[in-house]
Amino acid sequence: MTRQVYMDHSATTPVDSLVVEAMLPYFSENFGNPSSLYTIGRQARRAIEESRQKVADLIGAKKEEIIFTGSGTESDNLAIKGIAYRNRKKGDHIITSSIEHHAVLHTCKYLETQGFKVTYLPVDKEGLVNPKDVEKAITPQTILITIMHANNELGTVQPIEEIGKIAKEKNIPLHTDAVQTAGKIPVNVDTLGVSLLSISAHKIYGPKGVGALYLRKGTFVEPQLHGGGHERNLRSSTENVPGIVGFGKACELAKGRLPDEERLAGLRDRLIKGILEIKDSYLNGHPVKRLPNNVNVRFSFIEGESMILNLDMKGVAASTGSACSSTSLEPSHVLMAIGLKPEEAHGSLRLTLGRGNTQEDVDYVVSVLPEIVNKLRMISPLAR
Amino acid sequence: MTDGYSEKVMEHFANPRNVGEIKDADGIGKVGNPVCGDLMWIYIKVKDNKLEDVKFKTFGCGAAIATSSMITELAKGKTLEEALKITRGDVAEALDGLPPIKMHCSNLAADGLHAAIKDYLEKTGKKMELPKIETEDEHSEHGLSE
Repeated sequence: MTRQVYMDHSATTPVDSLVVEAMLPYFSENFGNPSSLYTIGRQARRAIEESRQKVADLIGAKKEEIIFTGSGTESDNLAIKGIAYRNRKKGDHIITSSIEHHAVLHTCKYLETQGFKVTYLPVDKEGLVNPKDVEKAITPQTILITIMHANNELGTVQPIEEIGKIAKEKNIPLHTDAVQTAGKIPVNVDTLGVSLLSISAHKIYGPKGVGALYLRKGTFVEPQLHGGGHERNLRSSTENVPGIVGFGKACELAKGRLPDEERLAGLRDRLIKGILEIKDSYLNGHPVKRLPNNVNVRFSFIEGESMILNLDMKGVAASTGSACSSTSLEPSHVLMAIGLKPEEAHGSLRLTLGRGNTQEDVDYVVSVLPEIVNKLRMISPLAR
Repeated sequence: MTDGYSEKVMEHFANPRNVGEIKDADGIGKVGNPVCGDLMWIYIKVKDNKLEDVKFKTFGCGAAIATSSMITELAKGKTLEEALKITRGDVAEALDGLPPIKMHCSNLAADGLHAAIKDYLEKTGKKMELPKIETEDEHSEHGLSE
C-alpha cells in the first residue's frame, strides 16, 4: 500500500480521540437543552461554561468574553458586521489587508455594498502588513481595524502587537482572525492588544461546525442572528453542546501541547530545505515570521492542481493556490498580493504539518516530489 | 475543483499519450494563457492530407493535460477535414465528461489542434474552411456558462 501522508492541517485536522471521548456523552446521554431548568439541561449548561473557560484560557481571556459560534467564518462575520452596524453613526471606515481569508475579505466587500468604505492594505513580498500603513490609513471615520494573525496560505505571522498599540492609541477596536495561530503559537489577547479575535475548533483537532469570538469587555457588537437570546443575546441558536464540549477539550489539549509545535518547526525547516533542492523552486512567504507548521513553495513552469493530483497518487494530501484547484478561476489573491505573476502563483504548493506528521513523512514527501516536478516539466511548454 | 474527474480523465492525466515536441513539425498550434493557468502547444506532422503524428506540451491542471492527451489519440490518422470537425465536446465526451468549471478554461485541446492545422495551411498556402479558434489573445474571458 502507498504510504499515506496528510499534510493539509491548515485546511482541517483530525479530531483528537480525547476530544471525541469528551463529546460522546453529549449526543444521546446528556442531550439536554442548556436552557432547560431540569437536571440534564443544567448539566449541559455546566459543560458549556466549563468549555468556555478552557477556550478563554487558551487565549488569555476571561470566560465572559467568549461567544460560541458555528465557525471561524461566523466569528469573523459577527466581529466585522457586528462592529460596523453597531458603530454606523460613529463612522463608516474599515481597515483590513489584501491577504485576509475570504471570511473577512468577502464580509468587507459586502459591507462596501452597504455604504461602508474599506481600505485594503498592501503587503510586502513576504506577506507582511506594515503597521505604519495601518496608522496612515486611519481617518476620523475609522470604526474597525481587522488584520489576520497569520495567513492561512503563506503562514506569515503579522505584527499584531504593533498594530494593537496603534489601535489602542487611536481608540479603534482591532479584530484579528487567529484561526491559524491559536494552538500553534502563543496567542494572548492582552499581549496582542485586540478587542475581538476569531478562532475555530476544527483547526486544532476539534470538531467542525464550532468556533468562537473573543469580545473584550466594553466592546459591543450588533448580533447577526436574532432569536432566543443565547450567548448573551449575541448569537441566538440552541448551543451545539457536543461541539462546544469538544472545542473546550481541544483548547485544553492545545494549550498543553504548545511546546510540541516547536517540533513541527524543525520538520518544517527540514521539508523546506529538502524541497528547495529542486531546481527553480522558491519559498513563498517569510523565512522566519512564519507558522511552525507551514510550508509554501512554488515551482517554475508547472501548475499546482497537477502537482496535487500527482501527490495524491503517491498518498500525499496537500493544497495549492492555483486557480485550477478552486471554484474561482483567478489564482490566489494572497499570492497575487505578494507580487507573484499569475503563472508563478499557479505553480504554488502548500504543505501544512500537524501532530501526526513524522520525520519519515517529511523525507517521503521530499523523495517523491522531484519526480513529480520533473514529470510535469517534461510535459510543460514553459520549461526549456 | 478536482472532484468530478472521471476515471478516464485520471488515467490520461496519469499516463499522458504522445507527450513532446515534433522537431520538424508541419504545424504548431499554441492556445491558452499561462495567466489562466492553462497553456497548450499541439504539434502535427502531415502526410497525404492525413495527420501522421500529433504531439503536445501542456502547462495546466489535470483536465488540461488529459484533454491534450486525448486529442492526440482522437486526431492521429485522421484526414485534415476530419480533424477539423473534432469539437471540444467530442474531447470531453471521449473522457467521459469534465467538471463544468473545466469546460471553458481547460478544454482547449480541440482549439489547439485546429490552430496547428491552420498553421500548416498557412505555411503550405493551402485553403480549407476553419472552425473558430480561441487563440492566446482571445482566451482572456473567464466564462462559466458553458
